[in-house]
Amino acid sequence: MTIKLQAVKEMLNADVLCGDNLLDTEVTCGFGCDLISDSLCFARPGCLLLTGLTNVQIIRLAEMVEARAIVFVRGKRPGEDVIGLAREKNLPLLATDMFLFESCGILYQAGLRSF
Amino acid sequence: MQLKFQVQGMDFSRAGQAATKIKKALQLAGMDPATTRKAIIIAYEAEMNIVIHACHGSLTANITPRKVEIIADDEGPGIPDISLAMQEGYSTAPPHIREMGFGAGMGLPNIKKSADELDIRSEVNKGTRLWAVVFNN
Ligand SMILES: Nc1ncnc2c1ncn2[C@@H]1O[C@H](COP(=O)(O)OP(=O)(O)OP(=O)(O)O)[C@@H](O)[C@H]1O
Ligand SMILES: [Mg+2]
Repeated sequence: MTIKLQAVKEMLNADVLCGDNLLDTEVTCGFGCDLISDSLCFARPGCLLLTGLTNVQIIRLAEMVEARAIVFVRGKRPGEDVIGLAREKNLPLLATDMFLFESCGILYQAGLRSF
Repeated sequence: MQLKFQVQGMDFSRAGQAATKIKKALQLAGMDPATTRKAIIIAYEAEMNIVIHACHGSLTANITPRKVEIIADDEGPGIPDISLAMQEGYSTAPPHIREMGFGAGMGLPNIKKSADELDIRSEVNKGTRLWAVVFNN
C-alpha cells in the first residue's frame, strides 16, 4: 500500500524542511537506515527513507536508490547545504522528533511495508 | 562507451557523484535494471572507499550491451590483507566516518555479491586497483 507524504507528515508530527509543494507524492514502501551500505543494497525505488543521518551523503544515496522522500528522526536536522541539494533534486525532506523505531512502527501500522 | 571520473580523498561534498552519473548513463543505455543495480553498488562502494580510505584516484565504467566493467584505481595506503578486508564487518574507518553512516565493513562484501567477476590488487603505501564485471542479461 502507498502513503502520501501529507499523511506521513501528520502521523509523525513532522516539519517539512523542503518540498512543501510535493506532499501529494506517494511512497510505496519504507526503509529505516543508519548505514549507507545497507541502504544501497536493500532500499527500493519509490521508498521513503527514515534515518538519523543528516550529512550530504544521505541525499546522494536517496538519489541513487530513487527514494521519493526522506524523514529525519530523533529531532535531527540537516544543514542548509543538505537542504539546498535536496531542493535542487526535488526531494522532499521531513523532520520528526520521534525515534526511528517509533516512526517506522507508526507507518507500518498505517500499512506501509518494506517492499 | 567509457566514462571516467577523478575521485578525491575526503571530499564528501562530491562523493557519490561519479556513481550517480554512471547510473544515469546505464539507464540511458537501456541496461537491464538488475544489471544497473549491481553495477551501481560496485561503483558507489568503490568510489566511497577511495574517498574514505585513499588519497585520490579514478572511477571508470566501460559500458557495452553485453556487460559493465567498473574499475577503481587509487593512490593511497593500500590494503595489507585483502581477504580480511573482504570479510563482513571488517572496517578500519574512524569514528567520525562511522557517524556519517559508513564503516559498517559491508562495502567490499557487497561488491563481491554484486560482481560476476572481481579482481582486487593492492600494494601497501602505493594504492589499490579494483576491477569488476557485471554481465547484462
Ligand atoms: N581503496 C582502499 N584503500 C585502502 N584501504 C581500503 C580501500 N578499500 C577498502 N579498504 C580497507 O578495507 C576495509 C573494508 O572495506 P569495506 O568497503 O568493506 O568497509 P568500509 O569501507 O570500512 O565500510 P563500509 O563500506 O561499510 O562503509 C576498509 O575499512 C579499509 O581498511
Ligand atoms: Mg567501504
